[in-house]
Amino acid sequence: MTGFIFLAIYIAIFAAAFFIVTQVIMRARTRDYTSLKTVTFGDESAVRPNRAAGIISIFTVFLMWGIFTGSNWLPGFLHAPGPFQGTAKFTYTAEAEGNQRDDATVTVVVHPRGTPQDAPEVAPGDGFAKDDSATVAQWRTVLINVDRNDDITKKDGARVIAIDGRKIAPGGSVKIDGGVVNLSDKGTPNFEPARGWQMEPLYLPAPEDVWARTLKIADEGFRNTSLLGHLGYSLFRVIIGFICGAIVGIPLGYAMGLSNWFRGWFDPIVEFMRPVPPLALIPLVIIWAGIGETGKIILLFLAALWIMAIAARSGVSGVNIAKVHAAYSLGASKWQIMRHVIIPNSLPEIFTGARVAMGVCWGTVVAAELVAAEQGAGMMIMTASKFQNTDIVIMGIILIGVIGFGIDMLMRWAERILVPWKGKS
Amino acid sequence: MTGLSIENLSMRFDLPGAGSIQALKDVSIDLKAGELLSVLGPSGCGKTTLLNIVAGFLAPTDGRIILNGHEVHGPDAERGMVFQQGALFEWMSVRENVGFGPSMKGMPKNNKAEIVDHLLDVVGLQDFKEKAVYELSGGMQQRVALARCLANDPDVILMDEPLGALDALTREKMQSLVLKLWKETGKTIILITHSVEEALLLGERLIVMAPRPGRIHTEYRLPFAELGVGQDLREVKKHPDFAIKREEILGMIWDMEEEIMGRTEVSA
Repeated sequence: MTGFIFLAIYIAIFAAAFFIVTQVIMRARTRDYTSLKTVTFGDESAVRPNRAAGIISIFTVFLMWGIFTGSNWLPGFLHAPGPFQGTAKFTYTAEAEGNQRDDATVTVVVHPRGTPQDAPEVAPGDGFAKDDSATVAQWRTVLINVDRNDDITKKDGARVIAIDGRKIAPGGSVKIDGGVVNLSDKGTPNFEPARGWQMEPLYLPAPEDVWARTLKIADEGFRNTSLLGHLGYSLFRVIIGFICGAIVGIPLGYAMGLSNWFRGWFDPIVEFMRPVPPLALIPLVIIWAGIGETGKIILLFLAALWIMAIAARSGVSGVNIAKVHAAYSLGASKWQIMRHVIIPNSLPEIFTGARVAMGVCWGTVVAAELVAAEQGAGMMIMTASKFQNTDIVIMGIILIGVIGFGIDMLMRWAERILVPWKGKS
Repeated sequence: MTGLSIENLSMRFDLPGAGSIQALKDVSIDLKAGELLSVLGPSGCGKTTLLNIVAGFLAPTDGRIILNGHEVHGPDAERGMVFQQGALFEWMSVRENVGFGPSMKGMPKNNKAEIVDHLLDVVGLQDFKEKAVYELSGGMQQRVALARCLANDPDVILMDEPLGALDALTREKMQSLVLKLWKETGKTIILITHSVEEALLLGERLIVMAPRPGRIHTEYRLPFAELGVGQDLREVKKHPDFAIKREEILGMIWDMEEEIMGRTEVSA
């Protein structure tokens, strides 16, 4: 139910933002070439990401997060209805042998999970059924042994037959203000406070909690290693593994691109290893090299190796034969052709491969750390999940995403600087 | 003995499966140093194969190439080549492209810079010296290719449809440039082209080749290249002989094409 409401709100924001931005604000945009195109549907070049949509989209993610967690970064009226908090009361009607009936009131205090409260003192009242009180945390339920203080208990044959005057049988339930009373199979009322539409912090903490936890961990560290230390370990493994993979893979790819024998020898190996996901190698690598740095670096080396070899191979194979011929007739030796034609010509392909390899390595290192590690981003979220520290898990996921994105941006930037001729031949 | 002689060249490719293709059959051409030869013919007549053999990229099945008294085996800086397109090194600037040959020889920087500067002046690209080649238009790129070839001071320049990808106006300008360079440098040039007009304008000698097997069909000696040096080429085209030769050669090539078509239909 909450899911549908969530989706409806999201779609509403999407549609409203679309309408406002395109119909109201974008009217005043500049008249560049693309804006003057009359045919845009089907013209891929006319489709450019709308800046405003991007910003609103990111903002909306946080907005939705805040709405459904009752974030205090948002004004209260924007919050989705929260879980019930306060005092709920209901009366139960007990019946003992001989049609003797009596009502009694139950007072339940519903408190936030973090701040337990004592059950209030209540006067017992008259009749054989005495008034009760209980306390329960939000999103939890409490079984209330209402007969415990009664003059005639369950053992003596007393049964609860109605809640707030409405009839109830074991297994049935009655809605009251602030929640639902279920009657257990054994006839004991079980109070379930209303959950509202918000997510329980155990499942999704509010953004400010994640932020506060991030600051705290950045300050104190997690499991004897600082936050930067954890991320640094992961990055260090990726970089070492990638460099090793590139150092072996690129010459291997060149050899495969330049020699029949190498191509024939390594093609089956490379083509077999390429479709094996690096994650599938984790168990074997752990058996061979344990869970220390060596194992992880071997794994990342294997993840990067085939990608780099294939990139270098296709970089060599992709050289226009006219360029090689031209270099020969300009008097270049084989070595000079290698150095001045084949290597520079293959660099764009190698960079593309490097970007893919870095992405795969980053994903692989996190997965490897999830399985077993002493430090690292993956270890951090795995350990936190075991202690139900959802805020650390979410923080870790966000940081892993940001770093992965940063790596890709860095590689793109390096590509622009180092191989400006990419795609220009 | 200076000059280039192509002696009884034959080329046969074995096809995968059965059979083979006779790409060239008994082709002989003698070129004196400084001659400008254009080679014309319908597609599939072995023009490019001939050029690749002279350049040394292919070994002929029979016959040999003699340049200045020695036999040609493999590519060498003495035979420069200008390709249709795509042969420039886009990771190098215009200056580095032109200086590629001298760099490979290990020529001292000053000498190299002098040669490069001179040639960029000749082809009119001095202002584009530090530009990347992919920033230039097609015509400019071919001028870079010409300058790069000349920077090595080769004995023979082989041109494989160097102007084929250019628009008509640029092409005409480049034809004048080729004539100018030919006259100024005195190089032996073999130029392959699809265009009859270009072959007439840029051929002191003109060879028309016939396909299946690739062979020399007719050879002409023409005055137009000499006339065209430093001249408006449109004036040359107005020459009465020009139109006659053009029609004659066009008719010849048409006949060849028709023969091929006919033969294909019969065999099919």
